[in-house]
Amino acid sequence: MSNPIMSEIKRDHIMNLLAEGTRVDKRSPTDFRKISVETNCIESADGSARVKLGKTEVIAGVKIIPGTPFGDTPTSGVLTTGAELIPMAHPTFESGPPGEDAIELARVVDRGIRESGMVDVEQLCIVPGEEVWMCFVDIYALDYDGNLFDAANLAAVCALKTAIIPGEQYGKGENKPLPVTCLPISVTEVKIGNDLIVDPNFDEEQISSARLTVTTDDNGNFRAMQKGGCGSITLDDLSLCLDRAVEKGAEIRKIIG
Amino acid sequence: MSGHTDMVLVDENGMRIDGRTAEEHRPIKIEAGVLNNADGSAYVEIGKNKVLAAVYGPRECHPRHLQNPTKAIIQCKYNMQAFSVSDRKRPGPDRRSIEISKIISEALEKVVLTELYPRASIDVYIEILQANAGTRCAGLTAASVALADAGIPMRDIVPAIAAGKADGHVLLDLNKEEDNYGQADVPIAIVPSTDEIVLLQMDGNMTREEFDHAIELAVDACHQVYDIQKDALKKRYSAKPAKEGADE
Amino acid sequence: MEKRNARQTREIVVPGDILDASGMKPGENAYVLDGKVRASAMGVRNVFQNTVGVIPLRGCYMPSSGDTVIGVIEDIGPSNWLVNINAPYPAPLHVNEVPWKVEFGDTSRYLSIGHVVILKVLSVDESRKISVTMKDSGLRRIEGGRLVKISHSKVSRVIGKSGSMISMLKNMTDCRITVGQNGMIWVDGDDENADVAAQAIMMIEEKAQSGNLTDKIKEFIEKRIPQDDDYDEGDE
Repeated sequence: MSNPIMSEIKRDHIMNLLAEGTRVDKRSPTDFRKISVETNCIESADGSARVKLGKTEVIAGVKIIPGTPFGDTPTSGVLTTGAELIPMAHPTFESGPPGEDAIELARVVDRGIRESGMVDVEQLCIVPGEEVWMCFVDIYALDYDGNLFDAANLAAVCALKTAIIPGEQYGKGENKPLPVTCLPISVTEVKIGNDLIVDPNFDEEQISSARLTVTTDDNGNFRAMQKGGCGSITLDDLSLCLDRAVEKGAEIRKIIG
Repeated sequence: MSGHTDMVLVDENGMRIDGRTAEEHRPIKIEAGVLNNADGSAYVEIGKNKVLAAVYGPRECHPRHLQNPTKAIIQCKYNMQAFSVSDRKRPGPDRRSIEISKIISEALEKVVLTELYPRASIDVYIEILQANAGTRCAGLTAASVALADAGIPMRDIVPAIAAGKADGHVLLDLNKEEDNYGQADVPIAIVPSTDEIVLLQMDGNMTREEFDHAIELAVDACHQVYDIQKDALKKRYSAKPAKEGADE
Repeated sequence: MEKRNARQTREIVVPGDILDASGMKPGENAYVLDGKVRASAMGVRNVFQNTVGVIPLRGCYMPSSGDTVIGVIEDIGPSNWLVNINAPYPAPLHVNEVPWKVEFGDTSRYLSIGHVVILKVLSVDESRKISVTMKDSGLRRIEGGRLVKISHSKVSRVIGKSGSMISMLKNMTDCRITVGQNGMIWVDGDDENADVAAQAIMMIEEKAQSGNLTDKIKEFIEKRIPQDDDYDEGDE
């Protein structure tokens, strides 16, 4: 995607504010924007959530269908996460198969969910070696104002948390809730100059040099991380990000818990 | 259209499984201006269909070779989200969605004053969040509200609805069961000021008499949809924004 | 006729709505079908003498000659710059239309990508090709301050009746404010005051439809910036 040109005036304004420890929308560097979550908004999905993170809006839906397990994990269900940056969400998003940004987004969200063991895939076995539940999480950006990583993670987690295994639809027993063990929460920060800010909006993302997403579980343990962007982060930066990820992760878990 | 069922779609009193008469459409809800980034947007619910439409432009036309030196082109993309149907839909365009995108673009082209913006593109994105028969009509209905919301000059707003046939009865606005087990489906869109037809498809089996009746029902219902479309647009500017304060 | 006089409130119309069926002529954003004038855009019905048209509420900016616009340099060529002025097409600024003597291929020494400039639209031809100039008084590159982007259709509200709104904004916030016809507004002054002015401008955009706008904006600014000497208002 080609990025729009940001005016020098806007860039300077953001930098000047950061030097004073504040941001264009009056947030402190560690504040998230307002989070709102609507779950079960799509009846045709087995679980769904529409999440607003400030002006960024994302929808995620879960589909659970019977399928064949992988040969090396005959008793485990399958979990797949996909994401699309559809052109509805921003003038720079283009239609077509997912590009590298969408693939990275999906994989980072997937890693947090998978590595945290959020979904107990062992409980998704129907007939060992033959049939298991396959759980597809599909994420669509609807309105993009920065930090799709955390918005997409929240949407996926909330959709899974409320998902129902549709046993009756496929004649595979009763409907029952998807077995969920914890809530992996990601916290993304970007580096602008020497500052690290949480939950960047679009403009802040545009002028940032590096990005770090850290996903924690209910115990505050780290389950997934991803550094992005062409710049670098120092060891001190990393340490600060990890502290904030634990603190902010706990706050967000309370909001959606 | 091909399935068979023992389900009674229309009972002896002429009532349908969702309690409608033959000539009733499903409940319709339309909201204009629901997205921030898009130049215009709309959300439409028709029964269990949930559809978002967004408009960008007129803006520079990409890819360039599609530019027309005398008028803007309308590029519509209709997309069903993976969780919008009972089996998961594989993401990405298929032949069905490409065809629907094309006929919706053409239907809108009739009313938009494209000659005002040579070389430009007006991009219309339709996302089906939840599908329950009639998504192309819901999509076109949403798209024309989004175009008007974007301030695009146009002669009129285009409403769309389907009529069809199930259990041998001509019915307005088929739901999923009627569409699956019925005998015909006729989606249609019109320009309300002239009653010109800008979208028409048909599949199934109908006599001339049944078809005429279906068109009559659908055109009449299009005018009802049109009123709801206009209300949604006017409501956006008559309802005073109540929010106060500096944040957000 | 009597009906028309009675209707004082701003009537919102949408494309296809009948504006008049008694023989008036179509004005802007209106067309005639079967003897009736209909709207071809969403906006406010507007009667002027014997014509009826629509003042649009939204829509993209289409430049017309004489407009002052604010834009961002988005590309550089050997003999021109491309300026994003929020129109469907970027505006090429030719080296002959800047106040410096620029050698071929030397363009980036004068204006770089991201720079903000105030320009005047010279002409827009039939195929909507735009030409702009920076050679006139007040046209220049601008630095510092804030850039506020609003819908171009709300520009007239920011300016107000014979400039009443904009002069109130300037006086109360003590800021320099330049309004581009394309909805780009440059605010320069003391940091906090510029913030208030920028917020006030966004408030005008949001509440453009409501009455007593001048009073509301005045109250909004007064709350944030204490006015030491009495501000004398122009009208209303």
